[in-house]
Formats: sequence, structure tokens, C-alpha cells
Amino acid sequence: MSGEPLVATPGQTIGPFFGFALPYEGSEQLVPPGHLKATRLTGLVLDGHGDPVPDAMIEIWQPSADGRIEPRPGSLRRDGYTFTGWGRAATDNTGRYSFTTVRPGPTSEGKLAFFAMAVFARGLTNRLFTRAYLSASPDAIAADPLLGSLPEDRRRTLIVTQDGNELRFDVRLQGEEETVFLAFPGDAP
Amino acid sequence: MLEKSMVDNAIEAEAPASSDLASDTQATISAEIMDLQRQYFEAPAAETQPRYDYPPYRSTILRHPTKDFHHADPETIELIAPAFGPRDVDALEADLTIQASGDPIGERIIVTGRVLDGDGRPVSAQLVEIWQANAAGRYIHKRDQHHAPIDPNFTGVGRCLTDSDGSYWFRTIKPGPYPWRNHYNAWRPAHIHFSLFGRQFISRMITQMYFPGDPLFDLDPIYQSIRDQRARDRLVATYDHEVTSHEENTGYRWDLVLTGSSSTWMEPEDGE
Repeated sequence: MSGEPLVATPGQTIGPFFGFALPYEGSEQLVPPGHLKATRLTGLVLDGHGDPVPDAMIEIWQPSADGRIEPRPGSLRRDGYTFTGWGRAATDNTGRYSFTTVRPGPTSEGKLAFFAMAVFARGLTNRLFTRAYLSASPDAIAADPLLGSLPEDRRRTLIVTQDGNELRFDVRLQGEEETVFLAFPGDAP
Repeated sequence: MLEKSMVDNAIEAEAPASSDLASDTQATISAEIMDLQRQYFEAPAAETQPRYDYPPYRSTILRHPTKDFHHADPETIELIAPAFGPRDVDALEADLTIQASGDPIGERIIVTGRVLDGDGRPVSAQLVEIWQANAAGRYIHKRDQHHAPIDPNFTGVGRCLTDSDGSYWFRTIKPGPYPWRNHYNAWRPAHIHFSLFGRQFISRMITQMYFPGDPLFDLDPIYQSIRDQRARDRLVATYDHEVTSHEENTGYRWDLVLTGSSSTWMEPEDGE
């Protein structure tokens, strides 16, 4: 390849009126609730006052329970059998999103497992990326390229907490406990 | 002309309040927009994306991240994208004018273009979703209280998959501008929302396409949250008479470039 990369098209806010267009029946169910390994990934999206954001949308993208990454079509018309690894959920009036999914597996020996996550909302002029990691031993966390590079108090914003069969991950857009959001190489200012 | 201190005070005063008060005037908002634009002219670095922290768009005040983004190397799942196929999207979903028994009201248009990655390669077989207001500027969303009529023959929702050359195609109705509550007498320029997937999850983006020559551009804090004029221009479609069809519809062309590049992706199994 040669030459400068093309300049990316700017993003814009998702706005308030996406509810009739983007979420669809089954968009938040990566597996059916009756699936043997079904677990719930849920959390609140909160603003700088700690108030819920009722017009946010979260997307997750993850490996299968055994850590395989096999992109498969079928997310928009789920058949109940094909694991596509991708899901979408709007927050409700209380700022809560919920997915029915499986715990992502590590993609190779020793790697920490995480949900890749994109966050959209009215008042967010562009998408945000973050990761929701499954909890792991302190040594494994310290050895992770991303988590290990973060101070302790920032690190925990990226790790899900577990309550029974439920994984919890809040997204704080602003403030003291603000979630760590990610910039990737190639992102334009 | 407003004093800068008044602008700052307006921002201060707004910060703890609801963003839906619609209490400020367009003059206040426009003065803030101009002030931030002036700061950009004096800034050394070029911007190509919107600012998250853009107070003239009041809802950003409590929702923009305040800490620097953490620079990360994309890993595993982030380097590839979800897959979509003909099972997900019916070809008819690209035509928003045939979703009901009757014809929707308004100017029939075709919007078409190509989706490219950072290397200029077509992004093929990926999902493009659009949603929009109708010709009167009304969304079918239940929270839209605008007094303009709902069109029973128009949902304003479309989907398609890109072709092998990265091209997408929609037939729809030209949306109208509509009022919102950012400030008193606030109106959005007519736009179509676009949701796109690239080759990698980190190319995921949502944006808005505008129409050329819209008189509301200068007044709109969402469009102006991109402070670079050349960057803003990338969101404006071009009228294209080649896309216009005889006695059927007018035509607009709009190409998109996503971040990320095909050349950075390597199979994780390599070397293992």
C-alpha cells in the first residue's frame, strides 16, 4: 500500500429518535434466554450527575463461550441456534441495558476475556468504544496489555461484577468514576 | 453581539440544568458556535471529527467524557467485524417508498454512494442502516411531539448490504427539517441518519447525511460540533443528475470513509 490513508467521514450523534429504527426484536438476545449457558449482561448508562441516560444504545461484539471468533450472519433474524457474537440494546427509562448472552471465552491461552462495546447516545457527538472484561486474578489483570497499563482506580471501570448468574457493567460517561474509553490507532482527532 | 462572558455564563448556568429547557435564544447558541469556531482557527491541530465537548449542543454537557481516551492496540475481536448477509436483510428494505400499501408523500429521492476503508478499498457485504423523519419533518418515534403529520405510508427506516464495490443504494423521501429543544426556536437541518459497519469492530460508526445548501447549517450545533469546514462538508451529499431518473426521483450521491484498514488485519493464528 502507498499513500496517506483517506480521511474518515465524521461521526454524528445517534440523536433521540433511533428507538423505532435500530433495536429490533431479538437484537439484545445473542442466545435465547433458555440457553444452557445463558447469562445476563446488564448495567446502567449514567451521565455526569449520575443520572440515568434513557436514550443510549449499547452494542456488544464477543467471542463464543469457548473463545472462538467466527463471524456469522443472522443477527438481524436470529434462529435461536446460530451464535453471531453481536448484539444491540437500547437503554430503558431507567438507563438500563440488558443482553442475554454467554460469557465470552479467552481467544487464546492466558488472554483475558472481554466484550467489545460501542456506546451511542443523544448528546454523544460520536460513538465511544470500551471493553467489559470478565474478572480475573490480580496477576492476570496486571499482565493484560490494556488493564495493566491503567491505574487501579481506572482499571475497575472496565471489569464486570458478578451477581449470581448476572454480569453487571455500568457505563459512566463523565465524572469521577468515568469509564475508560478507548482510542485506537488510526482514529482521527 | 454578545459578550464572551455572557456566553460563558450561559454555559455555566446551563450546566447543572436539564438540557431540554429550550431557554436560550438562537443568538446565544450562534455566538457560542462562533466563539468555538474562532478558537479552532487559532488552534494548531486540524480536527476531522466532532468534539465530544461541545456546549452549544446542550445535551453534550453532562454526557461528554472528561478524561483522555486511553490509547489501546485493538485485539482479537476488535480487529474483525460482525457479519451480515441476505438472511439478515431483504433487498426490498432499501426502498423506503414501498413499505406500505400507499405511496408516501414528499420528494422521492435516491441516495447512493460507496463505503470505503482508510485505504480506499471498498467495504463489501456490510450492513448499512438508515432512519429519518418524513417529508414534514416528523419521526414516527413516540417521543417526537412535533405537530407535523405522521405519514401512514412511511416509516423512515431502511437497510441494505453493500455490494462488492462497497456501494449502497436507498430510495426514500427527502426528509424535512424539524424542531428540537436545544434552545428556543431550534431547528435541525434535514438529514438522514446512517449506521455503518466496516471491516473491523473499531470502524463502527453512526453519522448523519445532509443535503447541499441547507440554510440551517450555520445555526445547528450538531453539524457545527465538527469545527473544520472541510470535515463538515464530508457529511453533505451531492446532487447527481446521473442518479436522478426520468419521471421517478431526484438523486444524491454520498460516499463514506471508515476508519481502519484491511492491511492491519492479520489472522490471529499466524505464527502460533
